[in-house]
Amino acid sequence: MTQAVVPVSPAGQTTELKNPRRGDRAKPARAPRSWRGWGFVGPFMLVFALVFIAPIAYSLYISVFRTQLVGGTQFVGLDNYTRAFGDPQFWDGVGRVSLFLVIQVPIMLGIAMLVALAIDSGRLYGKDFFRIAVFMPYAVPAVVAALMWGFMYGPRFGLVGYINDFMGWSIPNPLGPQWILLAIGNIVTWSFVGYNMLIFYSSLRTIPTSLYEAAALDGAKEHHVIRHIKMPAIQGSIAVALIFSIIGSFQLFNEPSILQKLAPNSITTYFTPNLYTYNLSFSGQQYNYAAAVAIIMGVFTMVIAYVVQLRGTRKDA
Amino acid sequence: MTTTASTPRPTGTTAGDAAATTPRSAAPRLRSRRAHSVDKPRRNVLLTVLTAIVLLYALVPLAWLVISSSKTQADLLSTFGFAPGSSFALFENIANTLAYNDGIFLRWLANTLLYVVLGAGGATLLAILGGYGLAKFTFPGKKAIFAVVIGAVAVPGTALAVPQFLMFSQMGLTNTPWSVIIPSLISPFGLYLMWTFATQAVPTELMEAARMDGASEARTFAQVALPLLAPGTVTVLLFTTVATWNNYFLPLIMLKDPQWYPLTIGLNAWNAQASTVGGQAIFDLVITGSLLTIIPLIAAFLLLQRYWQSGLTAGSVKE
Repeated sequence: MTQAVVPVSPAGQTTELKNPRRGDRAKPARAPRSWRGWGFVGPFMLVFALVFIAPIAYSLYISVFRTQLVGGTQFVGLDNYTRAFGDPQFWDGVGRVSLFLVIQVPIMLGIAMLVALAIDSGRLYGKDFFRIAVFMPYAVPAVVAALMWGFMYGPRFGLVGYINDFMGWSIPNPLGPQWILLAIGNIVTWSFVGYNMLIFYSSLRTIPTSLYEAAALDGAKEHHVIRHIKMPAIQGSIAVALIFSIIGSFQLFNEPSILQKLAPNSITTYFTPNLYTYNLSFSGQQYNYAAAVAIIMGVFTMVIAYVVQLRGTRKDA
Repeated sequence: MTTTASTPRPTGTTAGDAAATTPRSAAPRLRSRRAHSVDKPRRNVLLTVLTAIVLLYALVPLAWLVISSSKTQADLLSTFGFAPGSSFALFENIANTLAYNDGIFLRWLANTLLYVVLGAGGATLLAILGGYGLAKFTFPGKKAIFAVVIGAVAVPGTALAVPQFLMFSQMGLTNTPWSVIIPSLISPFGLYLMWTFATQAVPTELMEAARMDGASEARTFAQVALPLLAPGTVTVLLFTTVATWNNYFLPLIMLKDPQWYPLTIGLNAWNAQASTVGGQAIFDLVITGSLLTIIPLIAAFLLLQRYWQSGLTAGSVKE
């Protein structure tokens, strides 16, 4: 019995040593309530008001007007909004990003979670290399990622064409209209798997070792530890990653915009709602209508992100 | 300590696990688990191989980019993607990329650096100040700030960019560096990160001690808090740098003059050149330029690993 206790105690001591520090942190800041904090927060909020709040207010303002070559600008109330709700091109884009969301996001976050758990388990050879290498695509700009994958997909000097020739297969053209969404999903997954992995991994690292020791004492196996210790502990970061991924999906723009040059027949001007507002504004000069479409998408995104957040926090019991 | 070291029984864990219910039989099993499981678990070949699939997925396109950068345009179109070309043209390609169109690539690089230094640097500064203020002070309107900033993250880029463009054009700022720099100054993610980091990294007692000694708030911040915030600062700086360096949408709408393009927009323009009527296809330059664009960021991430990773794992009890 005493023998069994001995190896446990050093770890027990280290957690005890760290406890006072944790206790400190748990205490709320005791600074008195005053305006002094604004001296620090003020600069951020000032610029924030200029580049976030003012444009949103301006957007709301112009969305209730209509500008025509003949007749100038006139107040039209909610006309732009009702037009958007009846606009098949807008709904086509919404449908596409929603499909993208329900397929790409679970795959990406699932892979990220598995890799984070694998690295955190400490059972990998060379785990530091894994962590940094899987994260590396995050540092690659969307432009470069899309061009690179676009070239690889491409029939002209792409890999797909070569593999088809060499193996005698007939893999369909990933840049064709039917497969383009999947091709984009792959680029986004490639870019952000490592980033999400790092979010999960950082969160896993904050679980105190003493919990694992207690679990080991109880004879828990790895899958028990994952289910009952690790997953509940990182619930918060899962919700954060999910919300950011939802926002990212609804805002899908860069990859389709860049691939458009390589696959002009597959990517329409209203491929995603963001692409649609961009083209409405800068090719069509329909700023008022574009503002209404963008606001609808913004509200839509916030509502879904909010619902996910509520569900995410309620789930942990 | 000696008991742990003297019982290297790495294989004893799996079989006895389920059967071990009494404390007596649990004792030796525990010891072998202690030696391998909690601090230093056994390495697993199968798990390593499975995870390596994701590793390959992450690295293979980068390998393609490096290999392709060493090919001439003729080889690009005629040889297999992962096979070397008939000649090793990497240095030739780099020279061509830098020289093309009177060295416009270097101009774009300089622009990108300008946007990063002022945009990402400024964003980091504002995030440090704001995060520290939110973490260490209670003041009227604090809750509202939280709600507004978090809500703002969900607003689509175009919802902002279009009115930003219209506002900036009325102020005469479009097609100038300011139109890219000013919007880059706000990083809600950076603010959030500094906020959580400052909450943990700066002990309130230390701030109070400084105040007791008669230090002003500015001095307390500069001399007490700032050094403690260093790992978080590196993290935020790195992430805002990536966001600015990789920014595509904002400069795309704000800038018309190629002289002010950052690298991302420039590369896209080079790529588009092939599909314009009479335009010369310069895929070799697009690919080599892409490689040159990502190298500084990858190098920064690799060199600063310890700092940004400790910033992200802020408050970790385990390490």
